[in-house]
Amino acid sequence: MHLEEFAEGQSFWHRMDPRVKILGVIGFALVTALATRTTVQAVAILVGFGAIATAQLDLKKVASRMAVVNGFVLFLWIFLPFTTGGRGVAQIGGLTLTAEGVLLAVSVTLKANAIAAATIALLGTSSVFDLVHALIHLRVPERLVQLFFFCYRYISVIHMEYVRLRNSMRLRCFTPRTDLHTYRSFAFLLGMLFVRSFDRSERIHQAMVLRGFAGTFWTLDHFHMHGRDWITLTGMSLLIGSMILLQFLGGFP
Amino acid sequence: MIQLEKIRFSYPNGTEVLQGLDLSCGPGERIGITGPNGSGKTTLLHIIMGLLRPTSGSLILFDRQPASEKDFREVRARTGFVFQDADDQLFCPTVAEDVAFGPRNLGKSSEEAHEIVHRTLGMMGIEHLERRVTYQLSGGEKRLVALATVLAMAPEVLILDEPAAGLSEDSVDHLLSVLDSHAKTRIIVSHDRKFLDRSVDRTLILDKGVLTFR
Repeated sequence: MHLEEFAEGQSFWHRMDPRVKILGVIGFALVTALATRTTVQAVAILVGFGAIATAQLDLKKVASRMAVVNGFVLFLWIFLPFTTGGRGVAQIGGLTLTAEGVLLAVSVTLKANAIAAATIALLGTSSVFDLVHALIHLRVPERLVQLFFFCYRYISVIHMEYVRLRNSMRLRCFTPRTDLHTYRSFAFLLGMLFVRSFDRSERIHQAMVLRGFAGTFWTLDHFHMHGRDWITLTGMSLLIGSMILLQFLGGFP
Repeated sequence: MIQLEKIRFSYPNGTEVLQGLDLSCGPGERIGITGPNGSGKTTLLHIIMGLLRPTSGSLILFDRQPASEKDFREVRARTGFVFQDADDQLFCPTVAEDVAFGPRNLGKSSEEAHEIVHRTLGMMGIEHLERRVTYQLSGGEKRLVALATVLAMAPEVLILDEPAAGLSEDSVDHLLSVLDSHAKTRIIVSHDRKFLDRSVDRTLILDKGVLTFR
């Protein structure tokens, strides 16, 4: 399983200090999520796609990630236009389509895509280890950082364990069907994964304690803010600031 | 029964682990395979079982050339494979359920499967483990149960990856006696020369991508 497929590269974003990128994404995501004006949302999506365009990523892979996000958005399109109160504009099979509902769905779509695109372009272009270090330097509570780090570090271990068990099932002629035997077997597989993961985490913790772990992760790499990083941080702040201004100025939809 | 000709295999990163390997195993043959770490022993076994597909070469199993996952399903019903790490194999809560898993996949009814569980555990002399939780078995017990889950499917050939690693001497004796009475045709991968001398008739060395006689 390859979770860092965007992390290698030489673009503007790849070379940026991860602390700047984390701050930028947090600010951008907050303002975008809270924006109620269509103009601000439109700016957000332009910014998101602009970030992707400058990150020199494999667009096919980006599209497949965005498809996951939009899978959820699609569900909202099934319900929101019909369940939101407001001015009815059309009747479909006894259901009333409201203008407000459609607008709400559009705004959710814009926001979700903008935030996802910015996250891929900015955070995806750093390795997870760099992000973890950056979070520690940003004084994020260590427990949260450790939680994030271990999730990443052991998700592939658990995935490998899953693949091995699944292979052993295949070698014993297991073919999934819609019957009780299949459901029971998958339930056993999942249950076994939980039990093993728990036991493994105990062993890892013991091994860490035996090497003197007392709750602190020591960071080896230290980041240095270059002129370029300061300029980007300033640029990002200005951009986010003007999005806030747009939200509060009158005269736009 | 098993015939491999000029099998080549490379991993996506470009390393070619098997470079034109030949192997044949007929009924009643007992073959050992040894070789340095990373020489491709496990890869070879995974190719025989259809978990990996060779880059080139021909693979004839039971007089057929399996090509699809469906062909390999038939191969797997006739070839028992025991993993190196028993924990990779045992996934059901209790021993009885795990041993019944294979027979159930082969279409046996619940009653038949129960019967097979009793018979298999009985002939291996581990009937007392039937109700035990697989996860809490000792290392030696796990190894025997893993073997039982495969023998329960009555395979014609048995392929074992490091079956004796980490077993105490009496567990090894027990394992050998079970193999001698229930697995006439076998391929065993192991680093343990002494164990191979006791369990197979000839040993091949896998090195630099091909098999040679010891």
